[in-house]
Amino acid sequence: MLIRRPPDIKPSEITPRGLYLDRRRFMLAAGALILLPGSAGAALRFDGAVKTRWGEGLDITSVEDATSYNNFVELGSDKSSPKRNAAALVTRPWSVTVEGECLKPGALGVEDLLAPHPLEERIYRLRCVEGWSMVIPWVGVPLGRVLQRFEPTSRAKWVEFTTLHDPQRLPGQRRAVLDWPYVEGLRIDEATHPLSLLAVGMYGDELPAQNGAPLRLVVPWKYGFKSIKSIVRIRFSETRPKTTWNIAQPDEYGFWANVNPEVDHPRWSQKKERRIGQFFKIKTDMFNGYASEVAHLYAGMDLARDF
Amino acid sequence: MAGPRRPDWAKRGLFVLCLVPLAWLAFDVANDALGANPIEAVNRRLGDWAIRLLLISLAVTPLRQAFHWPQAARMRRMLGLFAFFYVALHVTSYLVLDQFFDWAEIWADVVKRKYMTFGMLAFTLLLPLAITSTDAMVKRLGGARWRRLHRLVHLAAVLAVLHHFFLVKVDTTEPLLYGLILAVLLGWRVAKIKATSKSVA
Repeated sequence: MLIRRPPDIKPSEITPRGLYLDRRRFMLAAGALILLPGSAGAALRFDGAVKTRWGEGLDITSVEDATSYNNFVELGSDKSSPKRNAAALVTRPWSVTVEGECLKPGALGVEDLLAPHPLEERIYRLRCVEGWSMVIPWVGVPLGRVLQRFEPTSRAKWVEFTTLHDPQRLPGQRRAVLDWPYVEGLRIDEATHPLSLLAVGMYGDELPAQNGAPLRLVVPWKYGFKSIKSIVRIRFSETRPKTTWNIAQPDEYGFWANVNPEVDHPRWSQKKERRIGQFFKIKTDMFNGYASEVAHLYAGMDLARDF
Repeated sequence: MAGPRRPDWAKRGLFVLCLVPLAWLAFDVANDALGANPIEAVNRRLGDWAIRLLLISLAVTPLRQAFHWPQAARMRRMLGLFAFFYVALHVTSYLVLDQFFDWAEIWADVVKRKYMTFGMLAFTLLLPLAITSTDAMVKRLGGARWRRLHRLVHLAAVLAVLHHFFLVKVDTTEPLLYGLILAVLLGWRVAKIKATSKSVA
């Protein structure tokens, strides 16, 4: 349905990239001097992110669609309201606490959390439990590498993630439609799987608020609700975390939530999905097409029971 | 008495008014203003207006009696038929745009999913009402029988509200609001029946 119009500016008229980047650096420096509280600042582009093989040949969803059709109840309960309410979520400064069964717990700024690792761009399919999907170029760091720095102990069998709980910045939390704050969890081998990504950006830019700024999880073989947004706490634990949608409707949203065309949602089939931007539905693949990478994690598990 | 040839402007106005939601939807489709998932948006919008018009048509009789507004009776059939019109479009958009005639999936949906069962049942109940809406049909059935048949609309409305309620994931404000309105409209009818039977006794 998206009609692409040719750009009305000739490429030759655009400021050369080097100059533009220099100017941005200058603006940032100026911004740092002035230190305007609450100023949004210029969006940083993650130009340096390392391209990866993930997503080769996939048609990327338009950035407009990916940033205007969102499930983020904390910013509104329908698909279009998260974008409308995005301004409420101020993400600077942002601190993340890492705690629980690890030798080096701590609280650090989101920049410091990711600083030691080179940023990567990964194009992943995103399959929502509601039956639609997108293809999104994320920018982030493999979660496992970040977790290792905190030296999880042998008791760290699970990892729990928590979203910011602040009804001022996340006005959707003023209504108790879910048990706030949002909590998600992974088994440690899922969390440290090379596909699991801790994302700070998409489409080469910072994450917009409605997509989970400034830090979110991306677990591409699971339904979208596992990929928790706006994370403030990561906790290693010996017991399985209690997760938000699973608490709300355990018969509809399982803890594992692996994409599985054979296991229906009680209210709809999961055999097909509507790829946003396409008319005809397409077949949903086991583990969202990542079976060769992740199927071994679930060897011997009854995926119909542990859905 | 007004002559039969005099144009009924109120009725014509209402006819046009009932087409506004459809025109608005067509405008949004033409302008690509339905967001990232236009098929879902079309289906939802048609469903919303189907349920709204169903409730509006059920409000005609209580309003007519409460405000001593006998002319309102002329509008009831048109509103009811427009409600059915939006229901039919809503069902069509599901069959064609959403499922694209995948009958196996459609059947599985209707049988397995509570909200789909309720929705399809509501549509099925409204079908004979739309067919028997003409003057000739009223005559053929006879007033008493026709009225009894058309009481099915109450059940259809309950099913429609339940269909909406069970579809919504978290924020049930809207279906609850429709449920409340329907409860008032049906409650008024029950109270009316009780009052009449008391006065007879």
